[in-house]
Amino acid sequence: MPVYITEKGEGAIVAKITGEIDHHSARWLRMDIDTAISDKSPKKLYLDFSGVSFMDSSGVGLVMGRYKNMRERGGSVSLINMPEYIEKVMSLAGMDRLLSEGKERQI
Amino acid sequence: MKKPSNEMKLIFPSLSENESFARIAVGGFISGANPRIDELNDIKTAVSEAVTNCIVHAYRDAVGKIELTARLADGVLYIKIRDRGCGIEDVKKAMEPLFTTLPGEERSGLGFSVMESFMDSVAVRSKPGSGTAVTMTKKLRTKI
Repeated sequence: MPVYITEKGEGAIVAKITGEIDHHSARWLRMDIDTAISDKSPKKLYLDFSGVSFMDSSGVGLVMGRYKNMRERGGSVSLINMPEYIEKVMSLAGMDRLLSEGKERQI
Repeated sequence: MKKPSNEMKLIFPSLSENESFARIAVGGFISGANPRIDELNDIKTAVSEAVTNCIVHAYRDAVGKIELTARLADGVLYIKIRDRGCGIEDVKKAMEPLFTTLPGEERSGLGFSVMESFMDSVAVRSKPGSGTAVTMTKKLRTKI
């Protein structure tokens, strides 16, 4: 369940999450993404869900935690390329409002 | 003649790697009923939430057994997930959206909300010190 980190323009990084997000995998994802935030100090973090095949509410916790981390650093988070079944879980927490530019799913 | 019901029972330890095992096993169990993809996702997500609750809350400081029973009869899926862990003091409060006893661990407090949204019914029976049983049902729609 790797996370692929790429830089996108100035001050932004994209964390492309692959595989399944549950309580078991979330701790590793959290570590990988937070390491990238510490290393690169981006102003904007894009979380790319195009490679995620399953997600339960642990994914909401993962997003909330990264959102908090980025806010504390004066940055922001956008969720991109989110499949419908993941959006369904996110919307229960109102996290779908972080979807990049309204409903845009592409970078 | 009425089709006989199908049933399975799994008993596994409360290890976090068993979250995926449990949902995949239930997915396999219902595959013969030709569920729609969205139904399959809903059911797997609800199972994942219930099993995670056993691991994170019921057996917080220990590893215990989780029992998962699934039955499929007349197009209705019945799932029961039970533990013999610490139990829940206030079930009503525990089921409130965004309520969590572990805010520092990035738990969203949405486990029961997901179960209730994605399944037709969710019932929780719990006794502090004895454990918790979560029973969920969902009627499978016929595939078009």
